[in-house]
Amino acid sequence: MHYLIEPGFGSSGPVRVALLIGAVVAVTSGVIGVFTVIRGQSFAGHSLSDVATTGGAGAFLAGISQFWGFLVMGAVAALLMEGIGAQRRRGRDVATGVVLGGALGLAALFLYLGTLKTATSGASFTILFGSIFVVSPDTVPAVVAAGLIALAVTALLARPLLLTALSGDIARTRGVPVKAVGIAYLMALAVDVSLSAVAIGAVLSTALLIGPAATALRLVKTPVKAMVVAAATGLAATWIGVLLAYDSSYWPPRGHGWPVSFFVVTLVLAGYLATYARRPRRSARAFKSPHEEAAECSPA
Amino acid sequence: MTTLSSKPPIPSEAKAALLELDSVSVRLGGREILGDVSFSIRPGEFAGIIGPNGAGKTTLLRVILGLVPAAGRVDRPPAIGYVPQKLEIDPDVPLRARDVVSLGLDGHRLGFTLPSRRRRAIVDAALTDVGAFQYANARVGELSGGEQQRVMIAHALIGRPGLLLLDEPLANLDLASEQEIVTLLAKLAREQDIAVLLSAHDMNSLVNVMDRIIYVANGKVATGSTDEVVTTEGLSRLYGHHVDVLHVHGRVVVVAG
Repeated sequence: MHYLIEPGFGSSGPVRVALLIGAVVAVTSGVIGVFTVIRGQSFAGHSLSDVATTGGAGAFLAGISQFWGFLVMGAVAALLMEGIGAQRRRGRDVATGVVLGGALGLAALFLYLGTLKTATSGASFTILFGSIFVVSPDTVPAVVAAGLIALAVTALLARPLLLTALSGDIARTRGVPVKAVGIAYLMALAVDVSLSAVAIGAVLSTALLIGPAATALRLVKTPVKAMVVAAATGLAATWIGVLLAYDSSYWPPRGHGWPVSFFVVTLVLAGYLATYARRPRRSARAFKSPHEEAAECSPA
Repeated sequence: MTTLSSKPPIPSEAKAALLELDSVSVRLGGREILGDVSFSIRPGEFAGIIGPNGAGKTTLLRVILGLVPAAGRVDRPPAIGYVPQKLEIDPDVPLRARDVVSLGLDGHRLGFTLPSRRRRAIVDAALTDVGAFQYANARVGELSGGEQQRVMIAHALIGRPGLLLLDEPLANLDLASEQEIVTLLAKLAREQDIAVLLSAHDMNSLVNVMDRIIYVANGKVATGSTDEVVTTEGLSRLYGHHVDVLHVHGRVVVVAG
């Protein structure tokens, strides 16, 4: 007979670190993810997380904390993407794809060299799929500080980001330095992706970025509410994921916990799918003007 | 420039020009897009930039906004309200009509907007002015083209600019919405003394409200009242080849010869 919360959950040091890191990551990703989805930069976000793999693998080879590898590589990639990226969405996607390809090539080399160094696949697994339970307590202050900085930058840029999403030309006309704002935002995104990479792995960090934000956008109508709902959804998924992962070491095969990333990502997906179970939201518009209804009914 | 009339009969002629272009030309990639464009707009004037697709109307608007570098002199007012042709916004973007209008107040500034009763009243008034109050709380991506136009006009006007620029505001609207938007813009120009400058490829819904037409063809412009500019002789000179201006059932049709 097992408990919902297995013995020792609250008193375990790694669990406490995991809950703290998880909270910082979930809240930062929720808030930043809303802008990522609004700006149509999901691909850039995912690419940054793939690129983080390269940084993580490089850091492992160099023998330093993977977090710094994620962070430096993410920042460099963000600069390259926005630097090369054209004004148009398609140009941006092309630039992102090119940078992504180059970085993944390096990742392949680093991961290969990494396996020669240790002769186990453990490090590659941690880099790719994360392990929130093995985060070194030394890294915690840096992770928390980075999360707060990314959040602060995003909050500061909130209005120009929304205005630019509405229309780049309007923003330019009003004196918004659209390119600089884009780079600053992508840097914040790179920091956030580095945090997520520590928690749930480089490859899976997109899940916490896009999933909760996409869920929130299906539920609420205003930017602020979307950020709150996305942060709360991500937080719930992360904490429940940590709990289930802890419990899972009592599941078969006994003594080997399942990867926490699996639980977090599955919960995020479940939350998103659950929004489809709601009845279709009735449009909030009070009425249509008569001629519009006429236009909609007309056969032409 | 092909000026067909040195003194267009414009009611607000006594007022100083709000916007003035003098010998403006634009070259992009070695090709001349616009050449020697001069005209001015006065407060409260309703002016249309008319011409076929690809004639340079959007480029002209972007020059006025300062988004495209141009040779010549452009004197623009400090604040210009701008309504782009199309919003690239998906239905799921969490911006209500009122959020969009609110961004018109201070969307270019850093930081968050704190809600306040005063801000809400200002936004409500702006939405009411353009007849968009009833869908203030709807997501802007879910609104029809005509409704989005109204919301974007409120967004552009909430900062009280003297000049309102609209890029093809009537494109993609059904006839009735088109007429409503024209009526709304004419009313704003008349009652709030806002100069309205819009581009359109068809002048017919605008003929009765335009104080001034800026006809663009072949990278050149002709300006004046509609009757002065839109003539077989005038437009043939502008296009550089013969075109016919026909009046059919009260509509003006320009036919390439």
